[in-house]
Amino acid sequence: MSGYWTGIVAILCFNIVVAYSVFLPAAAGQLNLGAAGFVAIGAYTSGYLSTDVGLAMWLTIPIAALATGAVAFLISFPMLRTRGVYMVLATLAFAEIVQGIYINLEIFGAAAGYPVAAFAELDIIAPITIVVILFVVFLMATRFGLSMRAVHDDERVASLFGVNTRMTKVAAFTLGGVIAGIGGAIWAHQFNYVEIQHFNILLSTFVLLYVLIGGTQTPYGPLVGAVFFTLLPEFLRVSNEWRFVIFGVIIVLMMVVRPEGLVTRTLVERFYGLFWRRGRTAVADR
Amino acid sequence: MLILQQLISGLMIGGIYVMVAVAFTLTIGMLNFLNFTIPALFMLSGMVAWGLTTVGVHWALALLGGVATATFASLIVERFTYRYMRVRYGDATEHALPLVSSLGFLIIFEHLVLVILGSDPQRFPTPFTSADFHIGKLIIGIPQLVSLVLALVIVWGLSIMLKRTRVGRALRSIAENPDAATLMGVSVNYIVPIVFVITGLMAGIAGMLFTLNYADINAYMGDNVAAKAIAGMVIGGLGNIWGAIAGGLIVGLTEVMAIHFFGADIVKIPIWGLLLLILLVRPSGLFGHTAIGKGKF
Repeated sequence: MSGYWTGIVAILCFNIVVAYSVFLPAAAGQLNLGAAGFVAIGAYTSGYLSTDVGLAMWLTIPIAALATGAVAFLISFPMLRTRGVYMVLATLAFAEIVQGIYINLEIFGAAAGYPVAAFAELDIIAPITIVVILFVVFLMATRFGLSMRAVHDDERVASLFGVNTRMTKVAAFTLGGVIAGIGGAIWAHQFNYVEIQHFNILLSTFVLLYVLIGGTQTPYGPLVGAVFFTLLPEFLRVSNEWRFVIFGVIIVLMMVVRPEGLVTRTLVERFYGLFWRRGRTAVADR
Repeated sequence: MLILQQLISGLMIGGIYVMVAVAFTLTIGMLNFLNFTIPALFMLSGMVAWGLTTVGVHWALALLGGVATATFASLIVERFTYRYMRVRYGDATEHALPLVSSLGFLIIFEHLVLVILGSDPQRFPTPFTSADFHIGKLIIGIPQLVSLVLALVIVWGLSIMLKRTRVGRALRSIAENPDAATLMGVSVNYIVPIVFVITGLMAGIAGMLFTLNYADINAYMGDNVAAKAIAGMVIGGLGNIWGAIAGGLIVGLTEVMAIHFFGADIVKIPIWGLLLLILLVRPSGLFGHTAIGKGKF
């Protein structure tokens, strides 16, 4: 594989992992516009452990994930008091505050950036990404995944049927934080340099768009969304600005034509139906 | 004395934030829709005006052209985000869809401007850069003062319009309950575009005043201002016009004071910290209602 494609696949892995970090809260009905904040914490934590402490990569990535998860757990309690538009704004504010703090921290090089010692090849990043995907697919098939779906669809009814909605939302938010930490660690070890300017509102916005356009109903949505929007620009042979214009047009049209996202539950079940005929029950559930 | 001077410039920039915050708060209050195209409308107004001056249009006409473009763009947004969703789903506010569409439009507008007008920061040929008067040792820019007063007058006129006129009553009825408003004979299809026209005008005029006063413009100038305006809106309470005015001015003062005491790098922390604190401790803001924006997404 040429260096060019290696770079693209690395970015793709990063985008997929961060998309799943936003997907988990979204699957429980919480819009998170602060992915960049969590990713920044993960990237700086793994960078610090690698450069200043000198830990090996198999330690830095899990510790970064756990640290980010801990932060997500702690802020999830105040954060989940808010709903709807307020939650979007609160997560956005969180990300901006994280950015504002890191840009002033001299031990992390402030605005100049922070070098990271260990380098992660694609053969480390790709398996991590696949594990994350499989984990979320598995999670959505468990009882917990069902609770998240129930909370997403109707919190009050879910609560009436005995789902611990608060626990479900906190867990979804925390797991999202853990995965965002992994994403940040991937970024740090792939580029060997962490600059806070990368983890801005644009990153949060784009990742949220991957998830919402891929679809939040099934665990395959973020994967499709991230792959589609990462690879699409590579196949559009036009200038960078026009790529973004086309990107925006696709977003607007997609919301008009397919508002539940590219991959819906019905679509997945029709797809399965092509291979395993299970009578007519498969399509009925939407 | 230096502090007083900072206070004055904080109020001046706050006037711009007030107008953008009112644009945000109006769409949230009326339609429960966080309209992310507002920074793009703000920027369109300034950049289109600059583009017009480069082809020889008089600066005043160019500024009007900028505002007109922003208003027109806002109507396009209405057609493709809000109207379609509502026709299909009955109540667009239940979904994240308009929010996502408006992010799409933000990307489209910003990059169209980049394609057509370029990404370099530009300087608008503003006719009055050095018209100030002095009170003692304080310097007050006349255009900035006029802008602040104009911003407040426009917002005041808007609130009168909402309270007294027939259109204003229709708008408030839609804010309360779109279905009941339709049953009572309010034509939603004619009234909702008015919200977007007002949004476009507010963002456009704010962009115009910003361009006139500060002259430094680029394709991303809306993002920064919109971030401060959102903070101002939250501080004042979502959906509350007078709250947005107070919030915009508070943010302007906070920004200037933070820069004065701690430097420009740290300015994000107090503003977003204040926003987060208010969201968590008193989500209705200083003056807001609790019901707005509580729906899912």
